[in-house]
Amino acid sequence: METVVEAAGIGKKFGNLSALKDISFQIGTGEVFGFIGPDGAGKTTLFRIITSLMIPDEGKIKVLGHDPVTEFEEIRKHIGYMPGRFSLYQDLSVEENLRFYATVFGTTLEENYHLIRDIYSHIEPFKKRMAGKLSGGMKQKLALSCALIHQPRLLVLDEPTTGVDAVSRSEFWDMLKNLRQYNITIVVSTPYMDEAMRCDRVALIQDGQLLQIGSPGTIRDGFSRKLYSVTAPEKYKLLLALKSFAGTESVFPFGDSVHLTLKEGVTVQAISDYLEKSGVVGVTMRETNAGIEDRFLELMNRK
Amino acid sequence: MKNAVISVHDLVKKFGSFVANDHLSFEVYEGEIFGFLGANGAGKTTALRILSGLSAPTSGKVLVAGFDAARDPEKIKKNIGYMCQKFSLYNDLTVRENIMLYGGIYGMRKALIRERCEELLERLRFMEYGNRLISDLPLGLRQKLAFSVAVLHEPRIVFLDEPTGGVDPITRRQFWEMIYETAARGITIFVTTHYMDEAEYCDRISIMNEGRIVALDTPDGLKNKYRVDSVEEVFVKIVRSGKISV
Repeated sequence: METVVEAAGIGKKFGNLSALKDISFQIGTGEVFGFIGPDGAGKTTLFRIITSLMIPDEGKIKVLGHDPVTEFEEIRKHIGYMPGRFSLYQDLSVEENLRFYATVFGTTLEENYHLIRDIYSHIEPFKKRMAGKLSGGMKQKLALSCALIHQPRLLVLDEPTTGVDAVSRSEFWDMLKNLRQYNITIVVSTPYMDEAMRCDRVALIQDGQLLQIGSPGTIRDGFSRKLYSVTAPEKYKLLLALKSFAGTESVFPFGDSVHLTLKEGVTVQAISDYLEKSGVVGVTMRETNAGIEDRFLELMNRK
Repeated sequence: MKNAVISVHDLVKKFGSFVANDHLSFEVYEGEIFGFLGANGAGKTTALRILSGLSAPTSGKVLVAGFDAARDPEKIKKNIGYMCQKFSLYNDLTVRENIMLYGGIYGMRKALIRERCEELLERLRFMEYGNRLISDLPLGLRQKLAFSVAVLHEPRIVFLDEPTGGVDPITRRQFWEMIYETAARGITIFVTTHYMDEAEYCDRISIMNEGRIVALDTPDGLKNKYRVDSVEEVFVKIVRSGKISV
């Protein structure tokens, strides 16, 4: 597999703040590669470096075989970038925006229509509407269409699903999946841990550092402890009781249950006895498989 | 009998011919954690603005903390707390200055604000940050502080609009523990979120689609009704079926 992005030891500082520390990774042709982490983790800074909009202080990076510092013109011809903030022309119509981006890259809407058809067809009925008047979901689709119109080899999407409801998020990922047939490499960032499952490989990022890189399966398998899912009708009471139990190693609420790991040698019986003594009733407890978020929490705690 | 602190009957809000809120009726009880969910553009923000006294209903009756949203929006504002993801604290003021400012806006006595301020800093283990600018704090700390400031005046209800957006998974959970503690003190929590696992933490949730509340129950009640294992699946079923009907 050909390497599309290759980064080694990337570092970036803003004053005293280290936004990125020793970041190394490789992304291959046709991969959907996700950077998963909270706000302030460094995702946007990294994306600006990949897209040649910012120069790293340390390390080496190659994008599509070129150096973004000296050969940015070559790179910019072949990447599509969708920044986190809506940055199309609000006072141009939907269609005018698309035609503008196509023209800038020396192509036409007609020539590459097949690339954006699945996405653009949702907003085409509104093609005369000003971009500034679109709803959030429609803006997102237009921005993706504009980033794709010149058939880029690398698509860089900075938090395309932030603030978007669960159904629209899922539809957006379906659209990305459809782009695979054109062999476009996709680099995407998100704060939603569950979206990791939609990527081929992900990098977990926190405080400017990569915590782990791998396929979603590999990352889940990295979880090193036995994990229990515990439920009780009184969730908060259950959580407090588990927190106060001496044999608890970690305890986090997870949807309708609480995820628990125990210290070495602590038995399930001991914990049931303790919960009963604490007056928590209707407890169920079973072993469960760790998800990406369990692993993220484990790695954060270790730091 | 449960005590309703929010009572909405036949709320309609129109913008021109567009119906943003289409005959909403529901109640929220004292000390309850109420999740207010919906697709983008479903009308949540419009409803939230009316409930917090920022916008008047076109018709219908809305009582919040005992006050009518059409007649007494100013009284509503004094009796609620509000926090959203995008803006809550002034970046160029220190932690203490923000607390003093908000306490003052809510009409609290200076001595009481000082007392609550120190209490709050200690409870959050924030003492070392008291004289730091908000802009110097990590996002997670800012969000926890913003929530504490929103309930500084012990309102009957606090409205949280996507309070945990973009926050790391540990802070997100600490934030929800603060919500549980606050609800246990009898303060009603009215919260919107796009994280479906957080919806599971609520006592009851409503799901809006195209201006209407199409589901309202406990998370377990909804899961049983739609025969699925998670609130996320309930949400997807409801919003998808809405889209087909259009």
